Amino acid sequence: MTEVLIKVGFLAIVALNGAVIFTIMDVKGASWMQRRPGPLHVGLRGFIFPLAEILKFVQKEDIIPTEVDRPVFKWAPAYVMVSCVALFAVVPMSPTLVVADIELGVFFALAISSLGTIGVLTAGWSSANKYSLMGGLRAAGQLIAYELPLILAVVGVVIQAETMSLVGIVEKQIEWGVPFVVGGQIVGFLIFMVAATAEMMRVPFDMPIGESELTMGFMTEYSGIRFLIFYISEYMNMFILCAIASTLFLGGYHVPLLPTEWVNFYGPIVLLTKTAILGFILVAVRWSQPRFREDQLQNLAWKILIPASLVNILVTAIMKVGF
Amino acid sequence: MVNALDPQNMNSFSEASVSVEIETEDMTLNIGPQHPSTHGVLRLVAKVDGEKVHDVKPVLGYMHRGYEKLAEVRSYPQITTLVNRIDWVAGFSNEIPFIAGAERLMEIEVPERAKHIRLILTEMARISSHFVFNGAYALEVGALTPIFYAMEDRERVLDLIESVTGGRFHPNFNRIGGVKPAAGAGPTSKKNIQDLPAGFYRDTKVAMEKVIQAADQFQNLIGGNEVFKKRTKNVGVLTAETAEAYGVSGPILRASGVKSDLRTQTDYLPYDQFDYDIPVGENGDCYDRWDVRVKEMIESAKIVLQAIDSMPSGPLQAKVPKVIKVPQGRTYVRAENPKGEMGYYIVSDGGLGPYRLKVRTASFSNVSILPIMLEGALLPDLIAIMGSLDFVLGDVDR
Amino acid sequence: MKTFKPKVPGFLIGIKIVIVNMLKTLSPFHSKPNVNYPFEKEKVAPRARGVIALDQEACTSCMLCARQCPDWCIYIEGHKELQPPSKPGGRQRSRAVLDRFDIDYALCMYCGICVEVCPFDALFWSPEYEYSEFNMGDMLHDKERLDDWLKTVPEAEGLES
Repeated sequence: MTEVLIKVGFLAIVALNGAVIFTIMDVKGASWMQRRPGPLHVGLRGFIFPLAEILKFVQKEDIIPTEVDRPVFKWAPAYVMVSCVALFAVVPMSPTLVVADIELGVFFALAISSLGTIGVLTAGWSSANKYSLMGGLRAAGQLIAYELPLILAVVGVVIQAETMSLVGIVEKQIEWGVPFVVGGQIVGFLIFMVAATAEMMRVPFDMPIGESELTMGFMTEYSGIRFLIFYISEYMNMFILCAIASTLFLGGYHVPLLPTEWVNFYGPIVLLTKTAILGFILVAVRWSQPRFREDQLQNLAWKILIPASLVNILVTAIMKVGF
Repeated sequence: MVNALDPQNMNSFSEASVSVEIETEDMTLNIGPQHPSTHGVLRLVAKVDGEKVHDVKPVLGYMHRGYEKLAEVRSYPQITTLVNRIDWVAGFSNEIPFIAGAERLMEIEVPERAKHIRLILTEMARISSHFVFNGAYALEVGALTPIFYAMEDRERVLDLIESVTGGRFHPNFNRIGGVKPAAGAGPTSKKNIQDLPAGFYRDTKVAMEKVIQAADQFQNLIGGNEVFKKRTKNVGVLTAETAEAYGVSGPILRASGVKSDLRTQTDYLPYDQFDYDIPVGENGDCYDRWDVRVKEMIESAKIVLQAIDSMPSGPLQAKVPKVIKVPQGRTYVRAENPKGEMGYYIVSDGGLGPYRLKVRTASFSNVSILPIMLEGALLPDLIAIMGSLDFVLGDVDR
Repeated sequence: MKTFKPKVPGFLIGIKIVIVNMLKTLSPFHSKPNVNYPFEKEKVAPRARGVIALDQEACTSCMLCARQCPDWCIYIEGHKELQPPSKPGGRQRSRAVLDRFDIDYALCMYCGICVEVCPFDALFWSPEYEYSEFNMGDMLHDKERLDDWLKTVPEAEGLES
């Protein structure tokens, strides 16, 4: 029992801290890219502003418009948050520092992450607002369309690693000596990153939020703690998808040349560094690219990414069987 | 409706088909007065089918301030103060045609130095307005950083205008007969001449070089970007005939392929002494409208650099009587504003102020093509097209 | 006109520009375009139109400024006083004394017509801009306050040759 409680506490702390680190990277990075200092006067040169934001949202009034569908409206943020936090359970920080090393780790992760779609869709539909409705419908189309390239890109890794458990995949990369991104899965890596950006609904795929058109899309009618849950789960999602990407493609907690007895100490640090590098690339892409239109987005998913990932699986399978 | 399954209608079995029509109702979406992308308080009542827009009715008038009524009870210097708030982004270029109209009725010859100073300030106002367009258009399409770069480079130009005239957006620097000669009318203020301040030439050269660099940076950051090209190419195509039929003017007309620039016909500003190109587009889509304005920015910077090198010396204002009464008559003056063609129709009856002033603004005519261009566009395209027309609500509603 | 076609894919150039600007912001060798207001203030041009200052001694209540203001935001009241004659046995001279000279900055458009038409050097421009109030009634500056602004009026600067 205590073990379960410790593991749940660990999950909560890691999830929140991951979201906070990525918030700082996104907002401060954006400010520096825009030639301005960003939040400065909150704390130590402005770096504790996520705490101030959390406190601000917690003490705000929870406004629920009269015409909404109340139970659906109230529970929509919960779906999104649950689907993000549950992913933290399978990502390994070292061969033993993992909440639950399931045999079907990858399968579990992909299945749980698609639950978030329900939350977004119901949030858009239940707010009695035409703009939220449009945001929710766009989100439904986008999230469902980009599930497929995500899954198919991971299938290539699974074929190459011969196991679905995440610890097993990292062990396989250690055995090969090179991470999978160099060892043949570069196309899969790119497809995974593009599909993951679309799953997180970040620019250039942020049509459902579409700030200059729909002013917050499906999240328009939310205020207070419910909006905070949406906001934090977006950054948690970013953290965990980057962590999964670095586990599957970049070698996870392993760095060559370091002794393996101390992996319990340097494993988390290595994983965090790799996640942060991927996150930084996502931040740079967010603040420099315009956003796709909805039909161009679907075009990209169905006509470009899915055929590419199918070809990737074919080539991986041939290489695996042949050599 | 013809029944395709009727045996008499089927020529061969291969042509049999069943057509099923699903009756859907359009949703009326109010892209209301408060919206992040409508450049002010513009209301569009749009009938939307999913994401496709069927019918758009613009509702104007939320920003009507009654300029023509206000001008009936005021004198010429007072109206100059009011008039540069019509298109508040490029303040200086609204005053010039009004004062030129009064000068034309009085038949005054403006000194050369005043004309050159007016030209420099007008081109700086044009650069400032196009900076706002570049930054704000990128923001509407989704790129979130170019607006900051645009505002940073625009600050230099506004500081220059402020060092000469005292105001950034509303300079109020034109007087009938020239530009503002002195700070006051008293014995010491008369000697405080409001000419170009020390360091102006050097600062202007630096600022214009940075403007040309910024325009290149915009081309790199946005113009070559594939996502931007996909969002703006072949979106909102406006043919030259439609544009001329609706009275559209300015960069929009030039992007549709018509090489028409009123600066060549302006006789009250010395444009013929300088060497500049007139950028013209090919397709008339949103990309061309954006491209034309970026290239215009570079041309304006070149004009300012040439004007600084060849500034004549002389008085700042012609000899005018102390109490100015414009003789009877009527005149219409046109100018090439950054947003399009601006015109003032002044009817004077010999008094201190005009009897009637009619303002023809560029954005009002430019907005009138919205229902035509938005037929069958998707909702994100609506935002892109509206942004590329570059109107300001003060200009539309006066 | 030719479409801009770079050799490297456009979105990579965009990412490069953004990262270069980020490094420029972080490096101590590049000047920053930001001013950390209210701890630092930027240098304003001397001709900037911030606030109008009044020299009470020079004003003769001729009402020219109040008449020419487009908004009619200047309120002047004055009376005439008889002064003792300058030489004994001469005529008594009358002098105008200002009772009230208010400028309502909530209405003022900062156009400068009043400063320009004053024939007695009584009004001056000053680039001070920090006088916002919480109460709109406090935006009416009376004689004493307008006199205070005289200290901030800058000298006439040099002109371009």
